[in-house]
Amino acid sequence: MTAVIETSGLTKRYRRVTALSDCTVSVPQGRISALVGSNGAGKTTLLRLLAGLAAPTAGRAVVLGGEPRQDPAYLAEIGFLAQEIPLYRRRTAQDHIGIGAHLNPRWDGESVRARLAGLKIPLDRPVGTLSGGQRAQVALALTLAKRPGLLLLDEPLAALDPLARRNFLGALAEAGAGGGLTIVLSSHLIADIERVCDHLILLAESRATLCDDVETLLAEHRVLTGPRKDTTAIARAHTIVREDTTARQTTLLVKLNGPVIDPAWVVEEANLEEIVLGYMSQDDAGYGTGPEAAPLSAVGGDR
Amino acid sequence: MIRFRVDGRSAVPPYLQIVQQVRQALRMGVLAVGDQLPSVREVVAATVVNANTVLKAYRDLEREGLVEARAGQGTFVRARPPGPPPGTHSRLGRALAVWVRQARAAGLDDEAIESLLRVTLQASAQEDIA
Repeated sequence: MTAVIETSGLTKRYRRVTALSDCTVSVPQGRISALVGSNGAGKTTLLRLLAGLAAPTAGRAVVLGGEPRQDPAYLAEIGFLAQEIPLYRRRTAQDHIGIGAHLNPRWDGESVRARLAGLKIPLDRPVGTLSGGQRAQVALALTLAKRPGLLLLDEPLAALDPLARRNFLGALAEAGAGGGLTIVLSSHLIADIERVCDHLILLAESRATLCDDVETLLAEHRVLTGPRKDTTAIARAHTIVREDTTARQTTLLVKLNGPVIDPAWVVEEANLEEIVLGYMSQDDAGYGTGPEAAPLSAVGGDR
Repeated sequence: MIRFRVDGRSAVPPYLQIVQQVRQALRMGVLAVGDQLPSVREVVAATVVNANTVLKAYRDLEREGLVEARAGQGTFVRARPPGPPPGTHSRLGRALAVWVRQARAAGLDDEAIESLLRVTLQASAQEDIA
């Protein structure tokens, strides 16, 4: 399957701050990819680099076969929705459809009307008077009207209430259902996006520590629980992502390298949140610096 | 038409929840042979899951021979899962409800009832093997 996003060693430095360093990720076509990581991990920087809004200091990105750049042919393929939903508050959705038609070579204004009608969002009211959830839906519908090949969304859920979040994710999952559109969305809300996303990129301290299909990540990670004991045997056969030890008990998040044979361990499936938190907390624990820790797994195979 | 409910906190993966709900609807008679399943797009919008999750569920059901995809039309029920005819479940369900009331009256809580059921199922499975 072809990759829509392919970066290698992508790095962005602002004066003294390294916002993104040596970031190598790949996203196959048609995926809905969750971009997660703590604040300041480089999520917005990566999205801006992919959207052509910033230029890398080092490394390279190839998006839809070309390098991100500020030119109409490239930008026509990219839908980018910034965190602070960029709409003219005094203008109506109908006005925005007109503006979009003016600015975009390919423009499906009818799809915006149909989407908003389906959501019962009025076209003739200033968008500033709509609810936050409705505004987000207007912005999403407008971005999709470009018929982009790649949709990049920076924290689209942050300002939405639970119902608006669910509706927005529903619209997003529906947009991705055709299979042609690739979507990357950054978010802190793993539990919310887990069902919609089938791919995940985790940034920690400006590096990509995970990039794979969700199915693959779930298949290759397990939570091991057992009496407090030496973990060297496990560490020899598998990769311990995170270790929690109390006086009596040891809990491990492990990246498997085969079956766990030792019957002293209770082996359970890990959910996506446990995996993400396990890798994120590696930074706190001072792991993640060695060559072995936090391996960047290869991009998942075809399905 | 059937409506799916996907519980994100369940230990059962979302695609399997959809498979189980179709099987369940067939057993209970909610779905009959010839009925159409909702389109992938409809399920995705209603349950907020990834389209691949729905496709995987429908493929599984197709492999089981329960549904068939007709090009350009959608997915339709082809057969009922093997097992007793509809009605059997509700009859047994009523008998079980009587038993559950007895168990509660005897002071068993839900957890005790569940573990009793599990042990009984395991014991009867072993009898079948023996």
